[in-house]
Amino acid sequence: MITLEVNGHRHDVDVDPSTPLLYVLRGELALNAAKFGCGLGQCGSCTVMVDGEAIYSCITPVSTLAGRRITTVEGLGTVDKPGPVQRAFIEEQAAQCGYCIPGMMMRAQALLEKNPGASEDEIRKALEPNLCRCGTHMRILRAVARAGKLMGAK
Amino acid sequence: MQWSRVIALLALACASCTAPAPMEGHAPGPRTFPASDIAKGANLAALGNCVTCHTAPGGKPFAGGYALKTPFGTVHGTNITPDEATGIGRWSEEDFRRALREGLNPAGHHYYPAFPYAYFTHLTDEDIHALYAFVMTREAVHAETPANTVVVPRFAVAIWNARYLHPGPARSDPARDASWNRGAYLADSLAHCSDCHTPRDKLGGEKSAEYLSGGDVDGWHAPALNEHSPSPVPWNVEALETYLATGLADHHAISAGPMRGVVDNLGRASHGDVHALAVYIAGMERSSPHRARGSEAADSSAQRGKQVYAGACADCHTRGRSADGGALPLEEAIALAIPTPSNLIHIVRDGIVPREDRAQPWMPAFRGALTDEQLVDLLAYLRTIDGVEWNDLNEQVRKADKEPG
Repeated sequence: MITLEVNGHRHDVDVDPSTPLLYVLRGELALNAAKFGCGLGQCGSCTVMVDGEAIYSCITPVSTLAGRRITTVEGLGTVDKPGPVQRAFIEEQAAQCGYCIPGMMMRAQALLEKNPGASEDEIRKALEPNLCRCGTHMRILRAVARAGKLMGAK
Repeated sequence: MQWSRVIALLALACASCTAPAPMEGHAPGPRTFPASDIAKGANLAALGNCVTCHTAPGGKPFAGGYALKTPFGTVHGTNITPDEATGIGRWSEEDFRRALREGLNPAGHHYYPAFPYAYFTHLTDEDIHALYAFVMTREAVHAETPANTVVVPRFAVAIWNARYLHPGPARSDPARDASWNRGAYLADSLAHCSDCHTPRDKLGGEKSAEYLSGGDVDGWHAPALNEHSPSPVPWNVEALETYLATGLADHHAISAGPMRGVVDNLGRASHGDVHALAVYIAGMERSSPHRARGSEAADSSAQRGKQVYAGACADCHTRGRSADGGALPLEEAIALAIPTPSNLIHIVRDGIVPREDRAQPWMPAFRGALTDEQLVDLLAYLRTIDGVEWNDLNEQVRKADKEPG
């Protein structure tokens, strides 16, 4: 049994210790924001935050996560009260098919928590590990910049 | 058709085919060289990996600004474009030769030995001429080189030179074939292999008795290339040539760290010269199979590390390289066989990023996914695979540069 802290809630999960976090989030905890893309840590659609850092949940075994703080898009806000990154992505209409967006949002959240005033270059560099195949990159970049302003303003 | 454009085109065409000798002395202005000299110089510059240290991250090629960290402070690669104010546009070929051979700028001041003149000193006049033709025909870029932060005064370099600078031709051996001799010349002069792959003493000079026995650079270990090579799979000429030209050979780890720039450049160099380097270096390597394997993980840290490995690494690394994401079995990885875990720490944290211009194996970065303690556990397990003696793993992880390598 491993205890995981996800979005501030503790969950006891009974899985093999080498199980990737993504499978536990989706399969055990019904937190479906993080997506399975490549399963190899290559595309970024599974990105979540652990202790404030963006990580690939598809290649991170739960055995390494006991006692650590896991954040997914579900932890950034609600439909009624979206967080600044969620608000900015809605306002910029940054999603096309939407599959990459939760990973983009978590990578952006990790960046902006450290550096809400990130420049476009810094945003591009930070988001490099995350792929989008629809091509909404320009909207995503605008959304992250907007989120930075929202976070800096609060 | 505008005549001025025709004349300009003719002038451009002539610039690459006529051969007025460059002016000796401080003669500013554009220089022209035969295309063959420039092409020869381009090949030599690739073999010398010049562009890596003479280009700032994201900057224009050869315009300087790359920060090279040394134990004595940070030295910046200079602007070697033909810009007259901030580059070497006013240099004569003799100035250029003196810089390469003696480590002196035109005013007679010493360069720090981070500039590999102790190797370039062995270059032939013809090769220096070709390199001059190449750099003097690059785009002139106005870019001031940032100031160095070296604690050693420049005049002290004269003392260093008396001890470590040995001008004269590179080694040659009439008993060996032309490839070997070409490889020896390139390795010891332009390619400056031993700059990283030979250990250094406290004054930053090469320990010549330990030529190519492995050294440390930029927080990475450059493995031994001689009979002390720790490579789990012995190198041969063919594998080494492939590796040097592409950064990747079967049953060997992909190039990483400071070697990345080297192979990127060697990929643009002539096949014959890369072959010659491989002939020379592989000729030094041992050909016997690797030593006995290490023992099974015993301590509790290694046991925890084995679990980290099982969850985070094994899925790819037990499959072997394959199109579906399989990776090199770690028994074949040199990072697990060298005397320090520094390379492995960098690779686990930052992964292996493929080159932008070709499909290559990659490895995801585990920065943030593993805590420092979990990384220590992983190292404690992985050191048992080859039986290497890595000590003070906590300290090693702490001191490894936390910035992407």
